[in-house]
Amino acid sequence: MGTCVIIDYGSGNLHSAHKAFERAAGEAKLKTKIVVSSKPEDVAAAERIVLPGVGAFKDCRNGLMAVPGLVEAMREQTISKGRPFLGICVGMQLMATRGLEHEITPGLGWVAGDVKPIAPADPALKIPHMGWNTITPNVQHALLDGIQTGDDGLHAYFVHSYHMACTLPEDVIATADYGGAVTAMVGYDNMVGTQFHPEKSQAFGLALIANFLRWKP
Amino acid sequence: MLKMRLIPCLDVKEGRVVKGVNFVNLRDAGDPVEAAKAYDAAGADELCFLDITATHENRGLMLDVVRRTAEQCFMPLTVGGGIRTLDDIRNLLLAGADKVSINSAAVERREFVKEAAEKFGSQCIVAAIDAKEITPGKYEIFTHGGRRETGIDAVEFARAVMQLGAGEILLTSIDRDGTGQGFSIALTRAVADAVSIPVIASGGVGTLDHLVEGIRDGHATAVLAASIFHFGTFTISQAKAHMAKAAIPMRMTT
Repeated sequence: MGTCVIIDYGSGNLHSAHKAFERAAGEAKLKTKIVVSSKPEDVAAAERIVLPGVGAFKDCRNGLMAVPGLVEAMREQTISKGRPFLGICVGMQLMATRGLEHEITPGLGWVAGDVKPIAPADPALKIPHMGWNTITPNVQHALLDGIQTGDDGLHAYFVHSYHMACTLPEDVIATADYGGAVTAMVGYDNMVGTQFHPEKSQAFGLALIANFLRWKP
Repeated sequence: MLKMRLIPCLDVKEGRVVKGVNFVNLRDAGDPVEAAKAYDAAGADELCFLDITATHENRGLMLDVVRRTAEQCFMPLTVGGGIRTLDDIRNLLLAGADKVSINSAAVERREFVKEAAEKFGSQCIVAAIDAKEITPGKYEIFTHGGRRETGIDAVEFARAVMQLGAGEILLTSIDRDGTGQGFSIALTRAVADAVSIPVIASGGVGTLDHLVEGIRDGHATAVLAASIFHFGTFTISQAKAHMAKAAIPMRMTT
């Protein structure tokens, strides 16, 4: 029986995420064990890795780097061994080359691009982009299997003021419309990131989490 | 397209819903977790708990309510009421709240908003503003359930807390709260047009048209209501359908 580790590096509460992953696994009749941990050895033993994150880019990066061996274990599993990896919100943003929030902070450098302020064409649109939005996929992706997307599709919950501007357009899996295209999902091969919060996105979120737990990239 | 949000709010005292919630099929209408689950299933876009527990000793009861709700409802949860310290915020976030709303403590000391936003991120800091019209078109902040005058202009304060890092404003008209006469549109619009962060309109909803007005005329991006849902006057889906019919973008499926 494989485990899915949700990495706990002091960025917000993971109780709800833990329960959402357990619920999704249960409903999909998957035997995956969900573990919340900050230990590199738990990451090294996991079949799947989830990196959450809320707050500022730099704080999250510093929190991650402060745990000895954690980034190395993540890198080994994701890059060397090709295990499925999911970044959520700032956890997704950390996959980028750099974050430009307040100051320039290096990211993990897994997805080429910078994390920049979202700049809606309509100045009346509020920042943060907060609430429920639909997403439009650029490509077919296993994490969106069976989920209705597009204008008439299901909604995902967003709350963010920055998004990832990818260097390679093919790394953008899906966008949301907020006075222009906002990056909603990124990734390639065995790694994927969602700007929205699947653990807060009701039916859409539980379906996406179940797809992640089944994913064989 | 981003949808406008409909947020039911529950007043919770010592771990129990104050007025009871008039839903069918609730085993315990006084249990906030049961009510939250019902709202979740009904398609509410977020949930809001307002803790009106009088004594400090019993505030821990709210943490248990939040914890149990977060285990079962996979949607955003805001908790407000009596938040005075960074530890209060930390405890609520650790229990599973996604956002906290800060009221009196921010009015008394604005820097608290900055400290909270720096510590936990703007995305989880909601500044709650309770305002009353003192002269036509002029709105002042009142605290302590509307009893204490502060002399602070609501629009000026809204701009200030935005600068200090609040991610959202929960704006309540004391004049309209509990009247069922509708939001104070003038107040809502004055604040919403003055800030670049989202504003939740609150206080006074009695009909479904009031919800439409809060967004269409008040320029809020979310509307909060309590009584019309708790007493079963309208359901969440009726409210959303009515708003969608009035051309307000709403999320019609969960």
